[in-house]
Amino acid sequence: MDDLIIAGEKFSSRLIMGTGGAPSLEVLDQALAASGTELTTVAMRRLDPAARGSVLDVLRRRDIKVLPNTAGCFTAGEAVLTARLAREALGTDWVKLEVIADERTLLPDPIETFDAAERLVADGFVVLPYIGDDPALARRLEQAGCAAVMPLGAPIGSGLGIRNPHNIELIVEAASVPVILDAGIGTASDAALAMELGCDAVLLATAVTRAQRPDLMAAAMKEAVRAGRLARQAGRIPRRRYAEASSPMTP
Amino acid sequence: MTGLRGRLHGPSTARHLIRIMPAKGAQVDVIVGGGVVGLSVAWRLAREGRPVTVIDPAPGSGASHAAAGMLAPVSEVTYTEAPLLRLGVASLRRWPAFAAELAADAGLGTTGLEAGGQESPEHAVGLRLAPGAPPGRGLDLRADGTLDVAFGADDLAALEELAAFMDKLGLPVERLTGRECRRLEPMLAPSVRGGLLAPDDAWVNPRRVTAALLTALERRGVPLVRARATGLLHEDGAVVGVRLEPGGEVRGERVVLAAGAWSGGLADVPVRPVKGQIMRLRSPQPLLSRCVRGAVHGSSVYLVPRGDGELVVGATQEEMGFDTKVTAGGLYELLRDARELVPGVTELEVADVVAGLRPGTPDNLPVIGPSGTPGLVYATGHHRGGVLLAPLTTAILLGEESELAALCAPGRFRDLS
Repeated sequence: MDDLIIAGEKFSSRLIMGTGGAPSLEVLDQALAASGTELTTVAMRRLDPAARGSVLDVLRRRDIKVLPNTAGCFTAGEAVLTARLAREALGTDWVKLEVIADERTLLPDPIETFDAAERLVADGFVVLPYIGDDPALARRLEQAGCAAVMPLGAPIGSGLGIRNPHNIELIVEAASVPVILDAGIGTASDAALAMELGCDAVLLATAVTRAQRPDLMAAAMKEAVRAGRLARQAGRIPRRRYAEASSPMTP
Repeated sequence: MTGLRGRLHGPSTARHLIRIMPAKGAQVDVIVGGGVVGLSVAWRLAREGRPVTVIDPAPGSGASHAAAGMLAPVSEVTYTEAPLLRLGVASLRRWPAFAAELAADAGLGTTGLEAGGQESPEHAVGLRLAPGAPPGRGLDLRADGTLDVAFGADDLAALEELAAFMDKLGLPVERLTGRECRRLEPMLAPSVRGGLLAPDDAWVNPRRVTAALLTALERRGVPLVRARATGLLHEDGAVVGVRLEPGGEVRGERVVLAAGAWSGGLADVPVRPVKGQIMRLRSPQPLLSRCVRGAVHGSSVYLVPRGDGELVVGATQEEMGFDTKVTAGGLYELLRDARELVPGVTELEVADVVAGLRPGTPDNLPVIGPSGTPGLVYATGHHRGGVLLAPLTTAILLGEESELAALCAPGRFRDLS
């Protein structure tokens, strides 16, 4: 599989993991190992980056790059502050920008997200914004200098898969930065579909951490992302209404 | 006095040194940590006739002070933690006898409980309230089960899936409709869609347990050194005691490290603090008759009623190092979810809010047994289960549970360090 490149940095895995919902650090550790991920996002609110033995130590031990996120923020102001604290604590300019509109749906607030993205880009951050499946907003965020765009497949933790594949295709078509399908993945076929639609990577957490066997599901996701990428590159056959004999009419 | 073998020397004139030396030939066990685990270990050892000394600057003030005291291995089971379930069920079985002996030793009289019949299924524990025993006395050990309720359709579906998993494990749980839940607990919100009753789950008041343990230890003459242990004393590759702050040391044949979240700072054991904020409300009339826990739109909360009218609402889980600040957001989330489950909680008096530090391990299982270093024994890493697992921990250290001891063996983390 070809490398994923975000802001000039290469990753050989196209599966980005989240840590939320893991029942224990050991289960998380095994799942991360099985997923083959090289980039994993960590919520910075309610986490002391200096504490010993935390989730950050698990990532460091596996040599997985930490992508701090602003989960739990409702305003651009909170998100910018959280990103700055994360930069100071972890020494990384990268941030997964997540500004939530309400607690029930956890859908991203497009206006606050755009506002925060502009400010963070100006402040030198590598910004990866979590957004709805909105092609117009995705384009605007790219123009604003974001390093990638991360449209959702469905609400966070819902496991509903990709509800609007058409919009994801439109985002992919227009984007010249990586498109990372974020949120909504329920099982392996969802991850494969995201890659078949042309996404450059998939980010997921709950589908693995809350599975009955997280390590198995992580391994499944690894294979699915790879299979979907290869299928995308191979080019699928056109859909036909009627059968077309594959043998033995031609030599 | 059976337990007193160590001698407390008077403070030296210069530096107020505390120095406790075992009498010649005596085998003093030095217990570092006076929480529910350390005190239980000290008490069991003292009952066995072993000389022990307990070290803690403020016994019973750490995680045991914050803990809700749920003895709920069945309703807390998760897909990846079957070993923890085994430990919890085994320890819950030990609780009635543990409580009865402790109450007698501490001079509390009845615990309000008696052990049930022998015809119980494998995982059933069979605690029953003694007829007429008033709740709220003694240790406030009650065994009326846990009711795990669900809100929206999503929470109910998750609960259904959990119930199927519990069936597979042979756990005794009962599926209830929303109306059945509310017949058991009329204060539950009408929006409760359904629930699971784990009839064998129990709970106890951890503050009364630590108080009773301290009384029992005092009655047995066990010395309690109110000082902070700052490090282990090593001699010829063995641990021979602990250093104290502001100065001095305690020596013994064995050091049992039961320092909870602080254990990782004293020895090479992967224990980290996991912060939990918890609040205690007070009501003139009890709102609930059993433990109620629930998922409210995916976020979980529990309510534990005490015999004295207290209602415990917990708890957050935060990776914040040794921070013990009570935060607005933490309390908001507890109250938000508790109010969804039991709307009446908003009328109650706030009696207490506190943040404690659970001793977390990478696999959420405790670390119990001999360390790799001679003279050093672990009884730590109990995470959310210190109160539940205290009786089992003492049994493992006394060699009564060799099969379960393997699950808690300190050696399992060697590749991590």
